[in-house]
Amino acid sequence: MTDSDILVEVRDLKVHFPIKRGVLFDRTVGHVKAVDGVDLSIRRGQTYGLVGESGCGKSTLGRALLQLTPPTAGEVSFDGVELTKLASGKLRTMRRRMQMIFQDPMSSLDPRQNVESILTEGLQTHGIGGDRDGRRKIIAETLDKVGLPRWALSRYPHEFSGGQRQRIGIARALVLGPELIVADEPVSALDVSIQAQVVNLLDELQDNLGLTYLVIAHDLAVVRHISDTVGVMYLGALVEEAPSDRLYTEPLHPYTRALMSAVPVPDPDVEDRRERILLAGDLPSPANPPAGCRFHTRCPWAQPTRCADERPVLREIGASRVACHWAEQIASGELRPHKVSAEIIRPAGEGEEPGVVSAPSEPGSFV
Amino acid sequence: MTIISGKKREKIDRLAELAAREEERGVSLWQDAFRRLRRNPAAIVGAVILAIFVLVAVVGPFFVPYGPTDTIGIREGVVRVGQGLIPGHSAEHWLGYDHQGRDVFSRMVVGARQTLLVGVVATMIGLAIGALIGGVAGAAAGLGGRWGRWIDTTLMRFIDMLLALPSLLLAVSIAALLGPSLTTVMIAVGMVSVPVFARLLRGSMIVQSNSDYVLAATSLGVRKSKIALAHVLPNSLAPVIVQATLTLATAIIEAAALSFLGLGNPDSATPEWGVMLADAQQWIGIRPALAIYPAVAIIITALGFTLLGEAMREALDPKLRK
Amino acid sequence: MALLEVDDLSVTFARRGQRTVRAVDGVSFSVDAGDVVGLVGESGCGKSVTSLAIMGLLPKQPGLRVGGKAMFDGTDLLQLDDRSRRDIRGRDIAMIFQDPLSSLNPVVPIGLQVTEVLTRHRGMKGDAAAKEAAELLDRVGIPDPKRRLKEYPHQLSGGMRQRALIAMAVACQPRLLIADEPTTALDVTIQAQILELLKDLVRGSGTALVMITHDLGVVAGMCDTVNVLYGGRVVETARRRPLFREPRHPYTVGLLASVPRLDAGRGERLNPIPGSVRDLLPWPEGCAFAPRCTRRVDACVGEPPDLVLTHDGRSYRCINPAPLPGIVPTTAAASPTAAASSIAAAESADTADGDGPAPVIGAEALDAGTPAGGPVPAPREEEKS
Repeated sequence: MTDSDILVEVRDLKVHFPIKRGVLFDRTVGHVKAVDGVDLSIRRGQTYGLVGESGCGKSTLGRALLQLTPPTAGEVSFDGVELTKLASGKLRTMRRRMQMIFQDPMSSLDPRQNVESILTEGLQTHGIGGDRDGRRKIIAETLDKVGLPRWALSRYPHEFSGGQRQRIGIARALVLGPELIVADEPVSALDVSIQAQVVNLLDELQDNLGLTYLVIAHDLAVVRHISDTVGVMYLGALVEEAPSDRLYTEPLHPYTRALMSAVPVPDPDVEDRRERILLAGDLPSPANPPAGCRFHTRCPWAQPTRCADERPVLREIGASRVACHWAEQIASGELRPHKVSAEIIRPAGEGEEPGVVSAPSEPGSFV
Repeated sequence: MTIISGKKREKIDRLAELAAREEERGVSLWQDAFRRLRRNPAAIVGAVILAIFVLVAVVGPFFVPYGPTDTIGIREGVVRVGQGLIPGHSAEHWLGYDHQGRDVFSRMVVGARQTLLVGVVATMIGLAIGALIGGVAGAAAGLGGRWGRWIDTTLMRFIDMLLALPSLLLAVSIAALLGPSLTTVMIAVGMVSVPVFARLLRGSMIVQSNSDYVLAATSLGVRKSKIALAHVLPNSLAPVIVQATLTLATAIIEAAALSFLGLGNPDSATPEWGVMLADAQQWIGIRPALAIYPAVAIIITALGFTLLGEAMREALDPKLRK
Repeated sequence: MALLEVDDLSVTFARRGQRTVRAVDGVSFSVDAGDVVGLVGESGCGKSVTSLAIMGLLPKQPGLRVGGKAMFDGTDLLQLDDRSRRDIRGRDIAMIFQDPLSSLNPVVPIGLQVTEVLTRHRGMKGDAAAKEAAELLDRVGIPDPKRRLKEYPHQLSGGMRQRALIAMAVACQPRLLIADEPTTALDVTIQAQILELLKDLVRGSGTALVMITHDLGVVAGMCDTVNVLYGGRVVETARRRPLFREPRHPYTVGLLASVPRLDAGRGERLNPIPGSVRDLLPWPEGCAFAPRCTRRVDACVGEPPDLVLTHDGRSYRCINPAPLPGIVPTTAAASPTAAASSIAAAESADTADGDGPAPVIGAEALDAGTPAGGPVPAPREEEKS
C-alpha cells in the first residue's frame, strides 16, 4: 500500500458539541463527545463501512469528514489536502470532489425544486458543463447512470417513490463527478425489496466510475455486503476495524461479537443454532462516557484490571485493528464471558438522551 | 413458448407505471396545495365570502343609492333622535337610517372598502416588518458563527419586548403618539402583528436550516447566502402566508376595536365598520340593529379569512400530504 | 380450534374526492393458542391496519369500512360494541406498538400507568397493585423496579420504555399478544434483548403472539407460522422452516433474495425485486404482484389467483409458483419464466420506470439468498440491459 492509494486519511478526529444552559446568557455546562478520537484511512476505489448503533457518532464522523460539521480537533486529509485548515472558498471548490448521500431521500431534497433544478444547482455552483446545453447533456448521462427516466426532470420529489427519490439523491451527488461519496444510511429508509436495488446501484456505480465510498449504516448485514473494510464504532470511537470477511469470521472485540450475534439472519436454521450474546442495559451517555474502556460497563468479558481505568488504543492483530486489552485472550477462549447485570442508564445530569445526541439540536449552522 | 396477448400486456404495463400515467409535467407543491384547497369545502365557503366582500368593497361604492354622508333622514324629517325615532328597514332604505339620518346600507357598503383597506394595509405593515426582522434573524441564526448568533439574539430580544406589551396597550400608545386617524389604526394594528410574523418566520427558517436538503446544498458547495435565499426562505414561507390570512381577520377586528375606542378616524365622513359600531352604542336602546349590522359584517368577514387561512394551513401541511 | 381466526378481513378508506383505498383486501389467517405467528410485508401491505382492525383501534371516521370476520375464542371481534371490546382489550388481547414513547402517556409516571391496567382488568388496588406492578417490571428485566415506577416515560431509554410497555401488555396474562413492529425503532443489541424477552414471555405463559414486522430475520428467529402479505392480502402461509427453505410465492422468493445476509460473502450482487411497492394491480384485476413478478404468465392478469393449499397447512396464492428444489423444472414450467422475463425486459425498456429492474448478474446471484436447505430458485432476472 503506497500513500497515493489512500484518498482520505482521518487522524485523531474529535467532534464535541457543547451542552448549553441558561436563559439570557448561554453557559457551557459540558460536552457531548460525539466523536472522540478516530483514526482511519480510506483507500481509493474501495468502500469503507462504518457501523454502530444510534448515538455512537458514526453520522457525525461522516459529516465532520466532509467538514459539514466543524471538527473540534484532529486532521482530515483528502488526496493530500488538509481539509480542516482550508479557507472556506477553497473548501467549497473541493466539495465537488466529495459528495454525500442522505438517509431520508424525502427530507434531503428541497420539496420546491424539480429534479432538473436539483441536478443543475451543483453544476452551476462549480461552473461545470459551460452553457445550458452542456449541463443538460451531463444531467441526461447522470439520469441514465442511476436508472431514472427522462421525464423525471420536470417532476418534483414528492411525486416519486422512495427508491426513485434515493436515485435522485444519488444523481445529485454523482452529477459533479466526485471521487468520494459519503453515504449516510443510504437504504435504511427504504422498503426491503427496494434496498437491494439501491445497494446494487451503488455497487455498479463503483465498478464503472471507480468511486470511493464511506458507507455509514446501523445495519451490519448491509455494511458487510457493500464494504471492503468495516469499522465498528461505540460511543464515539472505533473499537474494531477489519476486512469485511474477517469481521464476520473472526470478530475480535466483544462489542463486535455482541453486535454480530444480535443481527437477525433470515434463516431459521442459522437462527436456532447461533450463539447469542445479549448485552445488558443501554448505551451510556456520550456526555459522560465511562472511564477506561467505554464498553466495560456492558462487556461480558470485562476484567477487574485495566478495563475500567485504561482506555485501550487500536492495535493491530493480524489484518484487524482492535481496541481491547484482552482481545487475544478472548479469541483463544482463555477468558470466558460472565453475566453483567443491567444498569439503568439515565439520561445523564443534563437530561440529554443517548439516542438524541447524535443530532444536536443547536439552532442552525448550515456550515 | 407462451406469448402473452398484446392486450393483457398493455394492461400490465399501464398499471406497472402508475406514476407515468399522470400528466406530462410535474406538479409543484403550490399546485398540489391549490388542488387540495379546491377540494376543501371550508376553503370554498371562505373564498366565496371573501370574493363577495372584496367585490362589494371595490365596486360597491360606485353603485350605492345614497351618499354615505347624506343626512337624508334628517332632511326628510323621519329621523328625530330627540324623540327616539330612528326608522328601520324600508323599501327605499334597506337597512334603515342611522342617528344622523344617513342610509345605513350605503354606509355599510362604503365602509367595506375602508375595512378591507385597514385589514390589508395593517397586515402588510406587520408582514413586511415582521418578515424582514424574522428573515434576517432566521438567516443569521442559520448561518451560524458568533456574529450570526449575536444578530439573531439582538433582534429576537427586541421582538420579545414587543411581544411582552399587551397588544391593545401597544396599539393605544401608538395611536396616542400619532393622534387618532385611519393611518394610526393601520400602523398600530400592523405593529401588533410584527412579533408574530417575525417569530414565525425565524422559527420556520431555523427548522428548515437544520434539514437535510440544506446540508445537501452545503455539501454541493453552494454559498451560505444563496442557501438562505434560494432554499431556506422559500420553504419557510408557507406558515407565514397562512398566518397573514389569519391576521387579516384579526386585523379587521382589532381595527374595529381601536375605532370603537375612539382612536380611529375622527371624521365620520368616511364610514368604517368599527366606527359605526362605536357610534351605534349610544342608540343601542332605541335601535340595536345599528350595532348588529357592522358587528355581523365584521364577524362574517373575519370568518371568511379564518376559514380560508385554516384551509390553507391544512393544504400546505407537509404531514397531511401523501 | 384456533384462538384467533381472521377470515376475509377487509378495510377500506373512502374519502370524498379521493380514490377509495383498500388497505386490507381479504386477509385470512389463524393463530393457535400459544403459537407465534408472523405477519410479514413491506410498507403499505396492510399488516398494521390488519392488527388495528382486529383490535378495533382504527380511527373512527366516515368512509371507513371493515368487512370480514375476526373470531376470537368464539366471538367476532368486529361485531362487538365499544364496551365489550374495551373489556377484551387489555385482558384477553394486548398490543405493543412500534413507538414506545408515543404509546405511553408522557405526564403520568410509569407506575401509575401499569397499576391502572391492573386496577381496570384485575381489580387490584393500592399497595397490592404497586407490588404487582414492581414485580411485572422486574419480570420484563427493568432493573430497580421500585424506583422506576415513580419515573416518567422520558426518563427511560427506548429499550426500557418498550419493556415497560410489554409489562403493561402482559399484566393481565392475555391469551393473545399483538406486537406491531416492536423493535423497529430500537438498535440491534436492544432489539435482541426485547425479542428474547418476548420469546421468554410467550413460552412461559402460553400466550399466543402475533408478530408484525418487515424484518425477515426477526421472523426466522421467532415465528412458528409465517404469513407473507402483499397488497393487502396474504400471499403465502407456511411454517417457519419450509417457508425459508423452499418459498413458493415469487414475492417471498424475491424478498428472501433481496436482503443482504450477514453470513453471506462480500461482493455478491443482491437480487432485488423490480419496481416499487406502489406498482400494484388491484386484486380483482389479477395478482397484485404481477407487475413486479418475474414468473408472470398470461393467466396472472384477469382474475385473482386462487389460494393453493398444500400439505402441512401450507398455502400460497399463485398460479406459477417457484418450483420446489430438487425437482427439475419441466419445459412447461420453464417457458413461462422465459416469457415473463422477456416481457420484463421489454417493459423496463419501454416504460423506463425509475425503480425498474436494476441490472443483475445472473448465475452467481442466484445463490445469494440460498439457505442451507438447498438452492432457492430465485427469480431469473433479465441480463443487464
